[in-house]
Amino acid sequence: MSVAIRVIPCLDVDAGRVVKGVNFENLADAGDPVELAKHYGDSGADELIFLDITASSANRETTIEMVKRTADVLFIPLTVGGGVRTVDDVDALLRAGADKVGINTAGLANPDLISLAASRFGDQCIVVSVDVRRSSSAPSGFEATTHGGRKSSGKDALEWIIEAAQRGAGEVLLNSMDADGTKNGYDLELIARVREVVDIPLIASGGAGKLSDFAPAVSAGANAVLAASVFHFMELSIAQVKDELRSTGIEVR
Amino acid sequence: MTSVVILDYGSGNVRSAQRAVETTGATVSISADFDEAMNCDALLVPGVGAFASCMAGLKNVRGDQIIGRRLAGSRPVLGICVGMQVLFEKSTEHAESGFHAGLNEWPGTVDQLTAPVLPHMGWNNVSCAPQSQMFTGIADERFYFVHSYAARNWELDPHEKLAAPKVSWSNHGENFVAAVENGPLWATQFHPEKSGDAGLTLLANWIAAIK
Repeated sequence: MSVAIRVIPCLDVDAGRVVKGVNFENLADAGDPVELAKHYGDSGADELIFLDITASSANRETTIEMVKRTADVLFIPLTVGGGVRTVDDVDALLRAGADKVGINTAGLANPDLISLAASRFGDQCIVVSVDVRRSSSAPSGFEATTHGGRKSSGKDALEWIIEAAQRGAGEVLLNSMDADGTKNGYDLELIARVREVVDIPLIASGGAGKLSDFAPAVSAGANAVLAASVFHFMELSIAQVKDELRSTGIEVR
Repeated sequence: MTSVVILDYGSGNVRSAQRAVETTGATVSISADFDEAMNCDALLVPGVGAFASCMAGLKNVRGDQIIGRRLAGSRPVLGICVGMQVLFEKSTEHAESGFHAGLNEWPGTVDQLTAPVLPHMGWNNVSCAPQSQMFTGIADERFYFVHSYAARNWELDPHEKLAAPKVSWSNHGENFVAAVENGPLWATQFHPEKSGDAGLTLLANWIAAIK
């Protein structure tokens, strides 16, 4: 008996609509996050992540409404990240029905946000989301970036993840900007390095392209594996990924 | 129709719990009103965050009295996650010296689990108590946990005049109490409202046991 490795699809949403090539033929509206969330819940996803890429803060209300409608039909955990800047933003998302909230750029700029949110709402609902890029100027060889990997935050990624965990983050969403989009597999070295320095759950993200990519991420130390496009384009199904993990002796639901 | 109140004392995501219990056909409201919480057929006590802040929030709405009086009158109560933990005697969570007092419905201490990765976050199995009503039809399913503390022992001594509580267990680094069925008082350390179809079945089993 042990906790299952989680398989998590991630949806990018903009102003309440799913973007970046979701392609399901059997859905009436493939851009509707609520319908897609239900589809993934029924398909055996262990959790779901919404990444809100809405540029305008005027659209935050749209995001909140979308989270409410999703929480009404989804009975698995929902994490919402993207554009979370204040404790009030965290509060609004949790009240709308998110179970966990991802904090990324705003945490790098203002680390107290992690501490404040964790002490008010509990460690278990604060996810530190880090976009990591290899860099020879960072002491560990990995730096935390902003703007989707285009800008350096000036912080060493491993040092930042250690700090965020100490401040109360209950989970780390580890996005490899080097592996993202390559479909060449997760950055196993990065996963292993982070696993060595923190004992909070670790979600591996970036690089999944084929069935054989998932088990090595778990062996390297991931507690959950995230993917986006391979699921959205039906190149792989949640069930296939779980069967593959199971065949290598990894416990899944 | 069964009426359910989710006790609203400032604890996290109660919206999901409401929608999940509604799938059983019950009418569900979220309320901190003393009379509503006393009068409903079944009371759900949610709970996320730290033990001490949950206890403080409960007492603010006289939740301790509501739970105590309902149980004295054999009226059903279901505690979820920290809503289960507060039913024990005490917790060592964030207690620099000693412990924070709980509602003491059951003896025992809620302690941090010893495990390589904390929080215990994700879907885990449960070793169901024999003749469990709660797990009817779902004994082999996994349920969604997210917590770092738990009751690692069940310390209530058997009593010849009282029906024995049904205690179900899980394991993360070590064994801990995953669920309890004790007359009108039921509790789960996991989140049935986040445990997919298995969780909805568990809630339906709770409502069915009330009738």
